[in-house]
Amino acid sequence: MTTKDTNPEVEPEDGPGPTGESGAEVQAADVALDTAGGTLEPSLVPVSTQSGDTGHQQATLLRRIVMGNGFVSVLAVFVALVLGGVLIASTDPAVAKSAGYFFARPSDFLSALWGAMTKSYIALFQGSVFNPRQGFSPLLETMTVATPLICAGLGVALAFRAGLFNIGAQGQIIISATLGAYAGFAWHLPLVLHLLVVIVMGVIGGAAWGAVVGLLKARTGAHEVIVTIMLNYVALFLLDFLLNTEAFRRPGDNSPISPRLDDSAVYPQLIPGSRLHLGFLVAVALTAGVWWLLNRSTIGFEFRAVGANPAAARTAGVNVQAATVLVMAIAGALAGFGGIAQVAGTEKVLTGGVAAQIGFDSITVALLGRSTPWGTLFAGLLFGAFRAGAVQMQIQTGTPIDIVLVVQSLIVLFIAAPPLIRSIFGLNPGRKKRAKTAVKAAVATGGAK
Amino acid sequence: MTTATKPAPGAAGPTTALRPSLKVPVSLGVLSLVALVFFGFLGPGKTAEMKISEQGDAIVLPALQIPGQAGGIVLAILLLAMAAYSIYLWNRGERSPKWLPIAFAVVFVFALLVWIVAGAREPSISLAGLIAGSVTLAVPLVFGSLSGVLCERVGVVNIAIEGQLLGGAFTAALVATVTHNAYIGLLAAAAAGALVSMVLAVFSIKYLVNQIIVGVVLNVLVSGLTGFLFGTVMAPDKELFNTPPRLDILPIPLLSDIPLIGPILFEQSVAGYLMYVAVAVVWVGLFKTRWGLRVRAVGEHPQAADTLGINVNATRFWNVTLGGAIAGIGGAIFTLVTIDSFTKEISGGRGFIALAALIFGRWNPIGAFLASLLFGFAYNLQSILGIIGTPVPSQFMAMLPYLVTIFAVAGLVGRSRPPAASGIPYVKG
Repeated sequence: MTTKDTNPEVEPEDGPGPTGESGAEVQAADVALDTAGGTLEPSLVPVSTQSGDTGHQQATLLRRIVMGNGFVSVLAVFVALVLGGVLIASTDPAVAKSAGYFFARPSDFLSALWGAMTKSYIALFQGSVFNPRQGFSPLLETMTVATPLICAGLGVALAFRAGLFNIGAQGQIIISATLGAYAGFAWHLPLVLHLLVVIVMGVIGGAAWGAVVGLLKARTGAHEVIVTIMLNYVALFLLDFLLNTEAFRRPGDNSPISPRLDDSAVYPQLIPGSRLHLGFLVAVALTAGVWWLLNRSTIGFEFRAVGANPAAARTAGVNVQAATVLVMAIAGALAGFGGIAQVAGTEKVLTGGVAAQIGFDSITVALLGRSTPWGTLFAGLLFGAFRAGAVQMQIQTGTPIDIVLVVQSLIVLFIAAPPLIRSIFGLNPGRKKRAKTAVKAAVATGGAK
Repeated sequence: MTTATKPAPGAAGPTTALRPSLKVPVSLGVLSLVALVFFGFLGPGKTAEMKISEQGDAIVLPALQIPGQAGGIVLAILLLAMAAYSIYLWNRGERSPKWLPIAFAVVFVFALLVWIVAGAREPSISLAGLIAGSVTLAVPLVFGSLSGVLCERVGVVNIAIEGQLLGGAFTAALVATVTHNAYIGLLAAAAAGALVSMVLAVFSIKYLVNQIIVGVVLNVLVSGLTGFLFGTVMAPDKELFNTPPRLDILPIPLLSDIPLIGPILFEQSVAGYLMYVAVAVVWVGLFKTRWGLRVRAVGEHPQAADTLGINVNATRFWNVTLGGAIAGIGGAIFTLVTIDSFTKEISGGRGFIALAALIFGRWNPIGAFLASLLFGFAYNLQSILGIIGTPVPSQFMAMLPYLVTIFAVAGLVGRSRPPAASGIPYVKG
């Protein structure tokens, strides 16, 4: 078995064998491709299966995400949208009715099917990009909604690149929004200074909430996924508690909602008549900053080294523990910008639902963006469009907003499994050969591209 | 095999070959001092009343009357004694026995309860009701954490417990309503949970997608699917699709009349009894059968298991599927026992608590069961606190399971070590 797998050229070149076996081979080739990028020995057993170090295994995944081809992303989005459309159509009354007499008049059924599928998506498009009535102003709303998604998505992506799963953007957003909002409504400072203080408070809050995770991971080995999930809930209940205290409530009002932030404490509006605020430009700047950090700075190189192979990084003199803490702190700070965008930009008050689903959406944003900064920006805009458009869609066609969750999660599932997408589009037959030659090449060159 | 030498795990905690870890004695010592100061010296002056029997019970016992401060001191001394015993054992170079932290936890929780109740506006609660309610709330957690045990023991991280619970809850409500039969609903819930699990298995085993990502995404997917179908199918026609019949409560005669434990153990629905059976079966299966040995081998060292002729990926696939079915049954509890219809996000993060219980229970079915009971207790106490009015904000009670879990994974409450191959895909070769 070993010989056969490690030396693909030995294998007889007959047709595809039993499906299970050829499938396994393709995977093996796939993994070999992945490990070839970074390790000295491009073995067919992924390094990840050889040790208990999960950081390692995440690295192969990240490489899959980063190295996979962009075309698959487009196909994944397409397939997910089609499946979402099928789901919409399957619950559409007109479709159900015409399906009843399908054999009598199939054209009725098909047109009803097409109508149901397109109707919702047209409404989605009109609510998020362009419609004849408002022109391009829905696009501004998309950008507004995308702002916190981009910031938090950058945080998740950065942690991914360092081999850490930051599921905790939700908690980091909540904490930063809480601190930022408090500085915004409780303190009264001069114009520019006030906004800066709000941002600093929020970013410190997010960074601290993230750093705790990094610290626990570095010092005790506690898995960051578990810790971040738990901290999300701790943050949620903490916010709930605070909103029920005098300090955070409006005077004379018992409902759990904070006073409005001072005008000096919020991001200035960018375009009159829309909710778009300066936070969007901050998000774009952060994207550039993270790109610089990852690709041009020493720290970023260390982060990526730790993500790719912590053991090698340690040998090369990188302080892996410090890098873990630092990367989680920066990730938390980035998510913190998302929280600030919510309270000092979009909402302008602090409520229990200030983080909405942003923290969880940001994970899918980072995955769709293949954990690259600019990819995250575009993925954030796409999901922002879904979110903004879904509101219109629900109003116009009655399609529940939840369809967005379905489409989002399908996109990520498909992107994470390129072989599946390729097999849907019949791209796999050629792939087997390509994979084999790739393995050969990888073996020959020792993984260097 | 190209297996390289296994690198040392990054941070496995100090390995003291000579002496057992100091963590247990120290944590017990600190906690008992906290108890002495807060529950004892700073304890409330009122007397806590804890009713053991309900009005209509066959045997009525008098209520417990515990003076707040004196009771706190006595219980704290008991805690101190246990901590001292633990330190004494450590000093002799022995490990603390397993029962010690559990007994400590029980007494500590009781002392906490006395402190809370005696400090409340209305210093009286029904102990039987409190515990029975805790068990009811714990049932879905137990099923969820058993699912996690089965998956993680075979080397697949199951973050999708939440999705399995939610899928089970939705399907149970839908199928039970349509068929007018709660038991068919229960079966359908198991099937739905298994289906969610199969997606997890296919993506993580066949496509080698990171299991955590699949889990996270599956939770979103199930949440979106059930929310969408709830909005388009269930909500418009509640009568037709969302009025499931309830699973009957089947008290066992005589046994259910025993004070305190009767209503807890012997007054359950079918799913409640199924829970005890499931815990026992999973425990025996995992630790006393050949199947369990294979499962654990796959989870700890898949290469070795493969060498011995075990089909690693098939074992993983079927175990994960089985786990999903169990979690699906847990989800059915929401719609068929506790609440009488499905609403969006009905599982409300219980899947993550189940995950926490699994970790706190150290990947052991019985540990997970006990941890689930503890977390169910915290849930129930949280709602009761709101009623009797206490100085402790209910949000902090709500945080407790999550904080406890963080301490557990950080190794402050004993050592928690997942199965070695958990989360790592296996590629034969």
